[in-house]
Amino acid sequence: MSATFLGIPPFPEAARAAVDDSRTRHNLRRATHTIRDKRASVVGELNDDWQLLRAEGAAVKEHTLRHLDRYLEQLEESVTRAGGRVHWAADAEEANAIVTRLVKATGETDVVKVKSMATQEIELNNALAEAGITAYETDLAELIVQLGDDLPSHILVPAIHLGRAQIREIFLDQMAEWGTPAPPGLTDDPRALAEAARLHLRERFLRTRTAISGANFAVADSGTLVVLESEGNGRMCLTLPQTLISVVGIEKIVPTWSDLEVFMQLLPRSSTGERMNPYTSTWTGVTPGDGPQEFHLVLLDNGRTDVLADTVGRQALRCIRCSACLNTCPVYERTGGHAYGSVYPGPIGAILTPQLRGMSSAVDEALPYASSLCGACYEVCPVAIDIPEVLVHLREEVSAGRGHLGEKALMAGAEAVFSSSRALGAAQRAAGLGRNLVPGHLPGTAGEWTDTRDVPDVPAESFRSWWNKRGKGQR
Amino acid sequence: MRIALFITCVNDTLFPDTGRAVVRLLERLGHEVVFPEDQTCCGQMHYNTGYRRPATRLAVRFVKTFEGADAVVVPSGSCAAMIRDNYPRLGAGGSRLSRKVAGLAPRVYDLTEFLVDVLGVTDVGAYYPHKVAYHPTCHGLRMLGLGDRPYRLLRAVRGLELVELEGATECCGFGGTFAVKNGDVSSAMGADKARHAVETGAEVLCAVDNSCLMHIGGILSRQRSGMRVAHIAEILASTEKGGSAGPAPDDAPAAKEAVTR
Repeated sequence: MSATFLGIPPFPEAARAAVDDSRTRHNLRRATHTIRDKRASVVGELNDDWQLLRAEGAAVKEHTLRHLDRYLEQLEESVTRAGGRVHWAADAEEANAIVTRLVKATGETDVVKVKSMATQEIELNNALAEAGITAYETDLAELIVQLGDDLPSHILVPAIHLGRAQIREIFLDQMAEWGTPAPPGLTDDPRALAEAARLHLRERFLRTRTAISGANFAVADSGTLVVLESEGNGRMCLTLPQTLISVVGIEKIVPTWSDLEVFMQLLPRSSTGERMNPYTSTWTGVTPGDGPQEFHLVLLDNGRTDVLADTVGRQALRCIRCSACLNTCPVYERTGGHAYGSVYPGPIGAILTPQLRGMSSAVDEALPYASSLCGACYEVCPVAIDIPEVLVHLREEVSAGRGHLGEKALMAGAEAVFSSSRALGAAQRAAGLGRNLVPGHLPGTAGEWTDTRDVPDVPAESFRSWWNKRGKGQR
Repeated sequence: MRIALFITCVNDTLFPDTGRAVVRLLERLGHEVVFPEDQTCCGQMHYNTGYRRPATRLAVRFVKTFEGADAVVVPSGSCAAMIRDNYPRLGAGGSRLSRKVAGLAPRVYDLTEFLVDVLGVTDVGAYYPHKVAYHPTCHGLRMLGLGDRPYRLLRAVRGLELVELEGATECCGFGGTFAVKNGDVSSAMGADKARHAVETGAEVLCAVDNSCLMHIGGILSRQRSGMRVAHIAEILASTEKGGSAGPAPDDAPAAKEAVTR
């Protein structure tokens, strides 16, 4: 049984611990700034074309989501025609049951996995483990997280919170438990670490006959699935085994093969800061004598159709999981991913998680507030998801619910003060009279301010009062 | 030109020097400033915290107060962005509010936009013999797209040495109620911003938003850094004859404390 996000406290509390962890802060700052700068440079070189691509990407996704029913049926038809089998999963439980049944039918107890957010979302590895099936992660960063019995903290680089010295320790301690051990005398040189992972995984690829993947895109008209990755490990899983099972969110559809052109430009530049993606694997059903001879596509809803019903919130379903918003987010940079209590961290997680889970807990309710609304995420989003707009929209949902009485009272009080210039003037005069009574450290919620910041001096006279006197003097 | 000043509730109550500076500056440039007295707050705090209905009522109030104005000047990028970017989201399509907002919003300007785009000036005749760093606050930067306008205005100020701020476009961590709802993250972001500001060696950090400056300035003051913050209006209003540059460095709380120790 591997680690789970259950039990992580709501964001402000989880973030407090994360902010205090200097090693993680250091790792995150370095990593996010490196990718952020790379992205900025390869996006910048496209000049105005980038905004056109971005608008096109958003338009394709928006169109597909509007007609998702039609495209899903078309996808089912074309995958079936090409020799694949399509399964429909309403939620995580159903998806896990389908995959478990399919793996059991192969008679295998080991499966290799291509990095996949959908299978993380449904916690497939845990479900398989309960059925006596071991899932081996083969993406380098996912492997590190799995060996370390850790949780992913980033969409693209799940082990972004770890430094190479920590990774070396994990390899030395854990690799032998899972298969080929780390070579003795392993250093924390990145090349040596990659080589250790390569040796550990290579034997696994050659032996394992069933693979599980997700997909970045599913092309409705041709029935083609597409996976983008940087290591080639994904391609090993997608080509060597006999059976391939792909778990794909229903929002991953694009209508036609030629639509991929837009995303093949948007995704690598936004995600890894590369002009072109290193390993792009595509497959259409099964091809006799070439690659897996059995292919299953599990189409996953798990809350997505509910999100579609929300006219503001549904833009979150355009997301192509590039992580640009995480890499640019000043909040994520300081807290890391675990504080978001979900496999989807950062700005996109703050709007996706509560929507997919239906705002069902204190963790979900805190997520829309995990942002200063600085707008950096919207600026870099390759499919123009207005994340601040959705955050505010979700905050409205939270404030309309029960509880939060103290805040509601404060907001009502503030509105009363702002409801007339007379009331505001009176409040200002009271503040002016009490100006020397403001203590340096305030009680309650206001203490959140004075713990680290001085309060400004309250002026004796408001602007309004000055203006009125000045007017009289001039007249 | 007759200019309606929307001072904003934060400036009105806590930073009247900024308002006085805006009035002095615009009058010096030969324009008439009016202050519609019914004004209170744009509703940004309510809107951003998820209280849409009070925000809508405050938007209605703002529109009613300012609808007759030729131009509304706001010494806050964030409040100007609330009006221009978020008011259109408040009224349902075709509603009375959305029609009125569509008419009024294009005439609402952040001070620096107004100076550069409407009045067409970058040299406002200011004198400010200090080393200054500029922090581009998020809503001015990303929602209004202020671009290089504030820098052009500052570069034209005589005596002013403008220094570059590292990580300038990163949020300072204020974020309205975010500063108390997520106080730890807000402070961590603010501490990094304050560190970059101090590293410039500037005496003054300026911006188009006093709320962000209150946060960064609160940290700089708590750290006894000796650096102070000032709204850009106060710098642009200063002349050889003096001006409203806020307290001189000697009056800063840090200096006061050092003297009394």
